[in-house]
Amino acid sequence: MALTKPIKSLWEIPREERFVGGHAACQGCGAALILRHLMKVVGKDAIVVNATGCMEVISTLFPRTAWRNPWLHLAFENAGAAASGVEAALKALQRKGVLDKNRYIKVVAIAGDGGTFDIGLQSLSGMLERGHDVMYVVYDNEAYMNTGIQRSGATPYGAWTTTTPVGKKFRGEWRPKKDIVGIAYAHRIPYIATANPAYPIDMINKFIKAYNTRGPSLVHVLAPCTPGWRIPESKSIEVAKLAVQTGMWVLLEIENGKPKVTVKVRKRRPVREYLKMQGRFRHLKDEDIKKIQEMVDKYVEEINRWVGEEAIGPVEEK
Amino acid sequence: MAVVEEKPREEQLPTRKKKIAATGSDAAAYAVRDADVDVVAVYPITPQAPIAENIAQMIADGELDAELIHVESEHSAMSAAVAAAATGARSFTATSSQGLELMHEILYIASGLRQPVVMALATRALSAPINIWNDYADAMGMRDTGWIMIFSENVQEVYDNLVQAFRIAEHPDVLLPVVVTLDGYILSHTTEALEPLDREEVLSFAPKRPRGYRPVLDPDHPVTIGVLGAPNWYQEIKVQQALAMRESRRVIEEAGKEFGKRYGREYGFIEPYYMDDAEVAIVTLGATSSLVKAAVNRLREQGVKAGMVKIRVFRPFPAEELAKVLENVNALGVLDRAVSFGGALEGPLAMEVLSTLAVRGVMKPFINFIHGLGGRDIFVKDVVEMYQKLLEAAKSGKSVTRTLFYGVRSRKGHVI
Ligand SMILES: Cc1ncc(C[n+]2csc(CCOP(=O)(O)OP(=O)(O)O)c2C)c(N)n1
Ligand code: SF4
Ligand SMILES: [Mg+2]
Repeated sequence: MALTKPIKSLWEIPREERFVGGHAACQGCGAALILRHLMKVVGKDAIVVNATGCMEVISTLFPRTAWRNPWLHLAFENAGAAASGVEAALKALQRKGVLDKNRYIKVVAIAGDGGTFDIGLQSLSGMLERGHDVMYVVYDNEAYMNTGIQRSGATPYGAWTTTTPVGKKFRGEWRPKKDIVGIAYAHRIPYIATANPAYPIDMINKFIKAYNTRGPSLVHVLAPCTPGWRIPESKSIEVAKLAVQTGMWVLLEIENGKPKVTVKVRKRRPVREYLKMQGRFRHLKDEDIKKIQEMVDKYVEEINRWVGEEAIGPVEEK
Repeated sequence: MAVVEEKPREEQLPTRKKKIAATGSDAAAYAVRDADVDVVAVYPITPQAPIAENIAQMIADGELDAELIHVESEHSAMSAAVAAAATGARSFTATSSQGLELMHEILYIASGLRQPVVMALATRALSAPINIWNDYADAMGMRDTGWIMIFSENVQEVYDNLVQAFRIAEHPDVLLPVVVTLDGYILSHTTEALEPLDREEVLSFAPKRPRGYRPVLDPDHPVTIGVLGAPNWYQEIKVQQALAMRESRRVIEEAGKEFGKRYGREYGFIEPYYMDDAEVAIVTLGATSSLVKAAVNRLREQGVKAGMVKIRVFRPFPAEELAKVLENVNALGVLDRAVSFGGALEGPLAMEVLSTLAVRGVMKPFINFIHGLGGRDIFVKDVVEMYQKLLEAAKSGKSVTRTLFYGVRSRKGHVI
């Protein structure tokens, strides 16, 4: 059974596993952890549509599968369209009496940042704009990990990837991250949220809300990737937590157009602490870090203005 | 072997049905309506657009109870159609030319996942230069995608082929997607007499099978569709797909025969025309066949023993049928409306026909003609001229090794 009411403690997380162990994700993979919790929330009556990417590859090496739910993968750039097709089929079959009209079956689309921000953006836009009843979860590890850590539209400023390498002339990614929440917001969909596995209760409650939304919803989850971010296996949650505490990742919720910060940060940690933990930012010089701090300050200011309160406070140097 | 004999069709009809005036696009939409399709995902393109519009109107009028997904591209159209089929719905799409090219990636996924999607393809030339008129470049480009491919010669065939397509695609021994072509404009926009079937008839001929007869996305029976197939399994999966394509021959043949028994219009893999005593023959596809038939008629009046073979089912390719019917000709031509640039022969159909014969040890003086690209009119006199070339080849016993482009506006003449 899917969860319908918000949870207050970790003890309320269902024990049942629907995305089961034995898959081939790296140790410390944030995305796999996210999916595990997602599936606990959505329960049995959900059909999963997965875009090509790490999560698809690690979970379905024939003849094994990590999925105890019906699961469909077609290609990289079409999770939105494929989810639309499943949802339309369910609707038609229920209306025609082939499927039980009174049983609610949710369509859950899962895609990486590449499959969402870049190559899958058109398909996602179509799905959102047409109002399909689909819950879309984007796990954002900030690069094309499956193909070997190439940059995506979600790669943050300054990050090393294999296609934004560090050299004499260029030093990592030189463009800021694309605003996927803003793009989803422009589609006027009923529910949008950002989440982070270091805040599991907040993340799960957002999954619950997205599940219980009728119409399109999008949850954008930060997914630490140990090889891609060059962090030790044991540090992914710590890094993810710092992303929130530095204001690099703000935990947001936009319900029917109304934005809200769900995890307020009274005093921010400096971005340096987040950057210094990760090998992908190792090359950054003081002035680069200063620039990133300024970018985050500006972002935080925008968010505070948007939500109409100082949800994220100023930086507190230790 | 199911070969349609040339008999006046009215004589065969068990019951006379009402005929209506319809374009190929109308016929396609009627077939979708009568087959009670559940999900339609379409993106408009010329000359397919009237199919999409007709279906939308039928849904708006309550004549068809289906979900119409107004996808934002053909890539998404095919993706949604495949996903709907994977959910257990009867699913349909239609496209042309550039749209088919945009779908291309998902065409292989439809067949690889064994999803019985049915598609109508209003054939059209490919860019560049952009051109909205008929040829078979788009259809030929999907020949290796694992789809069953059926060509229609007239509006009635568009309807009949689509009705059969649902039965073939969803047959448990097949489970492959099926495309039915209609020549862009020539059929899609041209009004002919059409005899549609009653809906109950269609649903008894192409029944909707009980849910669960094939694995579908169902929370009570969860399946993983679209796995990663490593080298230790990929080949077996692909060989199974090839075997399913072979197996589909039986199902296609049965469908064509039973259609004939029920409704008086029998369909085979090929349709021979005056082939019993033909000395020279041309093989072709689609509505172009009508044109070639007209040329054959003219030559027959002059006492020339000309014949024609129309290929109705292009995939799986009717190799046995073709080899048999061509056994006794003295020279053979293939009329292509597509170019395989730099190919061993530049006509894709010619390559298929020739390898069919060669592997069976049937060697005939051979000429590959290409004409009618991008809607260039093929005149009956052009085809008559092709037959004359074949008569020369028959006499000399020699093939023309170079593919001949006909109807070209060139200082060197109209044959290049
Ligand atoms: C059309 C197409 N282009 C490229 C690829 C190669 N490819 C597969 S997964 C992938 C990257 C996926 O990135 P993302 O969506 O961020 O997921 P991740 O691997 O990071 O989990 C790429 C480029 C593909 N499968 N299909
Ligand atoms: S590469 Fe990154 S996203 Fe992919 S499985 Fe490993 S940790 Fe997870
Ligand atoms: Mg990624």
